[in-house]
Amino acid sequence: MIGASRAEVCIVACAEAWRGDGEILASGMGLIPRLGTWLARRTFAPDLVLGDGEAELVGEDGVEGWVPYRAVFGIVAAGRRHVMMGASQLDRYGNQNISCIGSWAQPTAQLLGVRGAPGNTINHPTSYWVPRHSRRVFVDRVDVICGIGYDQAAALGPPGNRFHEIRMVVTDKAVLDFQSPDRGMRLRSVHPGVSVDEVVAATGFPLQLPDQVPETRTPSDRELRLIRDQLDPAGLRDHELGR
Amino acid sequence: MADKVMSIAEVVGELRSGMTIGIGGWGSRRKPMALVRAIARSALTDLTVVSYGGPDIGLLVAAGRVRRVVTGFVSLDSIALEPHFRRARQVGAVELTELDEGMLHWGLLAAARRLPYLPIRAGLGSDVLRVNPELRTVRSPYSDGEELVAMPALTLDVALVHLNRADRRGNGQYLGPDPYFDDLFCLSAARSFVSCERVVDPAELRSGGPAQSLLISRMMVNGVIETPHGAHFTSCVPDYDRDEAFQREYAEAAASPQAWSRFRAQYLDADEAHYQRAVS
Repeated sequence: MIGASRAEVCIVACAEAWRGDGEILASGMGLIPRLGTWLARRTFAPDLVLGDGEAELVGEDGVEGWVPYRAVFGIVAAGRRHVMMGASQLDRYGNQNISCIGSWAQPTAQLLGVRGAPGNTINHPTSYWVPRHSRRVFVDRVDVICGIGYDQAAALGPPGNRFHEIRMVVTDKAVLDFQSPDRGMRLRSVHPGVSVDEVVAATGFPLQLPDQVPETRTPSDRELRLIRDQLDPAGLRDHELGR
Repeated sequence: MADKVMSIAEVVGELRSGMTIGIGGWGSRRKPMALVRAIARSALTDLTVVSYGGPDIGLLVAAGRVRRVVTGFVSLDSIALEPHFRRARQVGAVELTELDEGMLHWGLLAAARRLPYLPIRAGLGSDVLRVNPELRTVRSPYSDGEELVAMPALTLDVALVHLNRADRRGNGQYLGPDPYFDDLFCLSAARSFVSCERVVDPAELRSGGPAQSLLISRMMVNGVIETPHGAHFTSCVPDYDRDEAFQREYAEAAASPQAWSRFRAQYLDADEAHYQRAVS
């Protein structure tokens, strides 16, 4: 089998975010995270519940449930969900911005708006997908805190912060997490062909670096077959990385 | 039994500048665009619009009808960023109350239940509280003492929603995958107007889908407007999907004032019948 592409490595890295989550709603925003949810369920996370992008839940053999938006907000509040969102900006503690760039009062670039990020991050595990790892995204301070990071959660304190968890950040270069003493962003692994220096240079704040940074695991033959033959036979995955 | 069928012009005649108007649907899905287009053509100003925002927001903002938008996002779904809204924000032409999507839901729930607020966890620790300094938190009076956001009721003067079918009395039916929040918008408003693809008799309404598809009850509704293709270019499944090509044309018209003038002249400036002929 031809070796894994960067997009395929990213899909597997995204899938890993949901490992061990059990029977919860796995929501992936964007193609690569969504393929990650489907791959996770077909392999090591068979209990995950997945949506169709509209209001239906889809099991391996067809529709198995109905969650219109009003029900999704109920599931968010109940905590039975782990979402992987996008991020226009992310800082070292995992604060995320998708609202706007510049001053909020009159932005230089209006983006989506806060969407569900405040509610997601205060209620259930949240991860992020960044298709272009760069200093534009990984900034010292985000312009608007939409998804809340570990410093904000710490300032809030218990009991309000008890459901807060930023699990993982997957980019086109690396996997990052917050498993460090001060909950600052840590380099967890670099994708095959990417150096630690390259990731450090593309990050606008000091990353926590373990003594040995492992390589992100490559997809197994079975995972590659699932991605190529069943989950994304049209090959849309390579476009999302923009290379 | 009251016959509530009315015209688009009669709905606009019920509106006043400065009103708070809630618009149903979600993003670029099942929006009451025929009514939105008519408001865009009107002389109304200073509206506050509450919406899970799509081209309803973009169009009304571009037409200069809106003072304030209350929303969690404005998106065309297949085009992530609504260009008309972006432009207005970037030149400071519109005020914004930016809320988490769940907070918007809770605000409508509070309004629909005639409560001053409902507690919600969403918003804590985020800049939603910074950019909306009027928002308050509330402490649980029970032994847990937890602090939560007190999401105020989003009480509306008028709600506008678009459904697949309705009868002349105001019972409305959705046939697509998601009711969105249309019933909540209606219950949160002093007066509600339901546009629909087709006005049918009650027997056809009953045979058209299960009882659960009868989302809107006549007790929530003041007017019914038949606007075939009236959600165009947003989706109104199963009657029609989003018109992606036209949506792109709409988005590209935000490129310059000249492009917008051309788009308006070609599609919007006359009436709904002209619009429907122009896009067919």
